[in-house]
Amino acid sequence: MRKLALAIAVIAPMLGHAAWAEDTIKIGYIDPLSGGGASVGEGGLKTFQYLADELNAKGGILGHKVEIVPLDNKTNPQESLVQAQKAIDAGVRYITQGNGSSVAAALSDFIAKNNTRNPGKEVLYFNYAAVDPSLTNEKCSYWHFRWDASSDIKMEALTNYMKDTASIKKVYLINQDYSFGQSVRSDARKMLGAKRPDIQIVGDELHPLLKVTDFSPYIAKIKASGADSVVTGNWGQDFALLLKAAADAGLKVNWYTYYAGGAGGPTAIKQTGLDHQVFQITEGFANSGNQTAMDYEKAFRAKVNLSLWYPRAVNEMRMFKAAAEKANSIDPVKVAATLEDLKFDVLDGGTGFMRKDDHQFFQPIYISSFGKLAANDPFDEENTGWGWHGVSKVDTPQAMVSTSCKMTRP
Amino acid sequence: MLELVVISTLNGVLFGMLLFLLSSGLTVIFSMMGVLNFAHASFYMLGAFFGFQLTKWIGFWPALVLAPLLVGAIGMAVERYGLRNTHKHGHVAELLLTFGLAFAIEEIVSMIWGKSPLDYRVPALLDFPAFTIFSTNYPAYKIFMLAVSVVIFVALLVVLKRTRVGLIVQAALTHPHMVGHLGHNVGRVFMAVFGVGSALAGLAGVIAGPALVTQSDMAASLGPILFVVIVFGGLGSLPGAFIASLVIGLVQTFAVALDGSLASAFGPLDPSAGPSVLADIWNVTIAQVAPIVPYMLLVLILIVRPMGLMGTRES
Repeated sequence: MRKLALAIAVIAPMLGHAAWAEDTIKIGYIDPLSGGGASVGEGGLKTFQYLADELNAKGGILGHKVEIVPLDNKTNPQESLVQAQKAIDAGVRYITQGNGSSVAAALSDFIAKNNTRNPGKEVLYFNYAAVDPSLTNEKCSYWHFRWDASSDIKMEALTNYMKDTASIKKVYLINQDYSFGQSVRSDARKMLGAKRPDIQIVGDELHPLLKVTDFSPYIAKIKASGADSVVTGNWGQDFALLLKAAADAGLKVNWYTYYAGGAGGPTAIKQTGLDHQVFQITEGFANSGNQTAMDYEKAFRAKVNLSLWYPRAVNEMRMFKAAAEKANSIDPVKVAATLEDLKFDVLDGGTGFMRKDDHQFFQPIYISSFGKLAANDPFDEENTGWGWHGVSKVDTPQAMVSTSCKMTRP
Repeated sequence: MLELVVISTLNGVLFGMLLFLLSSGLTVIFSMMGVLNFAHASFYMLGAFFGFQLTKWIGFWPALVLAPLLVGAIGMAVERYGLRNTHKHGHVAELLLTFGLAFAIEEIVSMIWGKSPLDYRVPALLDFPAFTIFSTNYPAYKIFMLAVSVVIFVALLVVLKRTRVGLIVQAALTHPHMVGHLGHNVGRVFMAVFGVGSALAGLAGVIAGPALVTQSDMAASLGPILFVVIVFGGLGSLPGAFIASLVIGLVQTFAVALDGSLASAFGPLDPSAGPSVLADIWNVTIAQVAPIVPYMLLVLILIVRPMGLMGTRES
């Protein structure tokens, strides 16, 4: 029976595609291309396609052409697994995904199982945006690599900045009610409590994900609490509507956010007129002052007609190429082994590295605020005339956190 | 406390009126034609996108008139060439048609305008705080939305209950053959009603677009709550929908304002203190479940009073 199962496992994948294309490296891009997350997923797809074109123009990776295979998961974990299986059946050996930590957890688990069952047909999972810390802690997997800073790294950097801002006295937390929002909330409580015990947490709200149409009741609560700063991990319409409601009600606080720069965010901030009162934390931003990155941004915008929201995707693809060349192979097993502890100069300057213990990439982190452009800030966002301005940089050693990952290696 | 109560009441009324603005067209179509229009939220979305485009070309105020007319025309075409043919196959066929239409409209909209949110802004004329209570501003635009809702409610009520047009329209639903024999074109009456219902959805879109997010998934995110409003208010009852909108708006707003959890209701006998797999449930705050409250109301009313608050028939 076992032999039969093994035989089926080995033969079945070969039936669909007698000779799987040795020439091209197919990267399965599994993210929402329809439904509520579509605007975000489409931006990511365009970014990866641009990066693939860029690699191909320079001869690809070890002479292999890179192709992005778009697969729509509707931000749904179950659908993602169906798409992943479809991709693997079509000869995809690399999968990249970013939106939704619930999707990421399901995919990571699925790929780990797939790789145990199909030796010789291993698949790697490049995570460019799902930031739930558990993915590199208790749920870590050898086949999963994360280029985005996890939520606790971001909170570490953010609270380090808030620590030195004496005007912060009362903080209100409002987050989406799912794994990511909850981790933002508990990290914020823990880290603010340790670094600035004098700061009062005057409110701690969780609201359903992407279901709220009117945030004015929440704003009324924030106002009643007397908060001077709000910390939120909200993204998409949950961020835009929250900010619109705040501006409508005339709430004057500072906003410390993870994703204010995402699609629709800058437009919403400009509409509210909150000039340099909204802060975000990222691994890079348009006006970072690094000449190479700014030239890159210019070329990217000219071609894709979008801001480069994923500098980490650039790092991911370039580092993939570097690892493949170092291993002199495009075999996922060899690439995975070379990626471990690989040092890499990131797009916005400085060096990062992929930690062997948990496959988390550590890199410099920036805090920037959104508002009227300063003289030396060339880029605005979403044609608003406003742009990001750097306020603080956290270097790689200060942007590291410990891990509880006990990696099972093949 | 007084501050929170006053502000929550105001917010609740404003949100409730927005809900009514969205559901009025759906109620008209349902009560006059018996068609449960799944594509209603899509007409609302079309209104928002037309509104955005026309605002760019000719300004907000002309768009406020033209966009609903356009949507109304599309609605009439849908009735004439789609619903009328499926009508003889019964309600299920009609329902499926509007269901499919909703998907088609969403795809077409995202093909033309893309999937990203559009920068659809409140017109400059209404972009100021109307009044301030407890240092919270209420923007003039929200008051404008409220006024439009009230005007629509009154106008619809008067037309349906006090004019000849309303009489014929109501008669056409229950006695189509008799109305036909009296020399009225029943088909055209239905077409007009569907057109008006769609136009109302379009109007809601033009107005709600700048206040909410104008994006290709806006129909899907608002669709369900509209059905709650009309079922709760009583299928096909305009005053019912009006009251239901207000109730849902207020309940949802006050639920957010409350901080208590299920466990705290037990005082010192707090069950969450004990070791229990249910600890998570005990600790869920009322604020956390606020957006599901309308759906719980829906289930409750269907059990207790299946015809809804002011409905006259059960289906």
